[in-house]
Amino acid sequence: MSRFIQTLTRPVLEDNPITVQLLGLCSALAVTKSLETAFAMSAAVAAVLVGSNAVISLLRGVIPHPTRLVVQITIIASMVIVTDQLIAAFAPELSRQLSIFVSLIITNCIILGRAEAFAMTHGVTESIADALGNALGYLLLLTCVGAIRELLGRGALFGHQLLPLAREGGWFQPLEILHLPPAGFFLIALFIGLSSVLRNRSAKAAP
Amino acid sequence: MMTLFLEAVFVENLALAFFLGICTLLGGSRRLSTAVGLGIAITVVMTITLPINHLIHRFLLAPGAWAWAGMAELDLSHLSLICFIGSIAAMVQILEMVLDRFFPALARGLGIFLPLITVNCAILGGSLFMVDRHYDLGQTVVYAVGSGVGWALAVAALAAIRERVDGEHLPEGSASDSASQALVFAVIGIMSTAYMAFSGVRLP
Repeated sequence: MSRFIQTLTRPVLEDNPITVQLLGLCSALAVTKSLETAFAMSAAVAAVLVGSNAVISLLRGVIPHPTRLVVQITIIASMVIVTDQLIAAFAPELSRQLSIFVSLIITNCIILGRAEAFAMTHGVTESIADALGNALGYLLLLTCVGAIRELLGRGALFGHQLLPLAREGGWFQPLEILHLPPAGFFLIALFIGLSSVLRNRSAKAAP
Repeated sequence: MMTLFLEAVFVENLALAFFLGICTLLGGSRRLSTAVGLGIAITVVMTITLPINHLIHRFLLAPGAWAWAGMAELDLSHLSLICFIGSIAAMVQILEMVLDRFFPALARGLGIFLPLITVNCAILGGSLFMVDRHYDLGQTVVYAVGSGVGWALAVAALAAIRERVDGEHLPEGSASDSASQALVFAVIGIMSTAYMAFSGVRLP
């Protein structure tokens, strides 16, 4: 059980998929304009990641080695299509905001990376733990970036106005740059740098 | 047509405005020469694959595509993802074999990046945008060339900057590899800011 917990918690901070493994960056940059899309995207990635890791781990004895990439991509693609159709059916407005980025989960390197690096060589329970852990790590970073971008860019969180806007008689002047693509790059750069500085500190403190 | 091309290269640059293909952008921009090769490979795959995906979508998957067979209600567009990724993978495989046979030097130079183009989201993203925006075949070709060239420009520019910055005095934590990635990210951010200046440019 302790190993399960360890596999689950390791990717959240220590081995975060975005800041440490540098995987799945495209979507992390694109959907973090608001917290709502960041959460929805994380949920979609979590669903696909858990599903594909579980299925690939179950089939790992059967998948022939030379064609494993094709098999993995097909499994992932099926999962993504199901998720995409579910979102389109139950939350059409959200599906419009996320536009093509749900479909692009197929080429999200976190999923193929975890399938190749973990699920192909580990049991089902462990693979699910690994998938959940990575999904949590992804969620954590997207939440941080999304919260900063929405709060400072629009003075709101989850669409609720928290800071009164200057143009409506309040005091808060929104920072428009946070809505533009460069803000995503700068914030992620900040988090990557922060996590590596923190890891250096703890590595120096340990011995 | 010219407007569409320039828009795809600058205003709607897939790497810097839509964040597509960032993983490859990070990995392939250490050396300028690799970056140029990679950019050319992406452009070629893009130019061949997008029109093929367009035809697949129009004649096999779009709603009503099977009307001639008496199945006018059939809508297979939910299969487009699997078909697109399949055709991209097949195209990359073919390109790899052709390069290996006729241009072995270039194939060796590109190395691992060639198969990795399969999972480059810029190409899948381009295919999906092409369907989303209802381009016709001519527009698709122009859009494909444009976004390929735009991506190649971005990767080449980034590689040139990285070669220049290499060995300069860098802030704390930059010694490890992942921290220097943070700096690369900041550089991409600055490039992306520069590209924002193109937005709103409309050609007559």
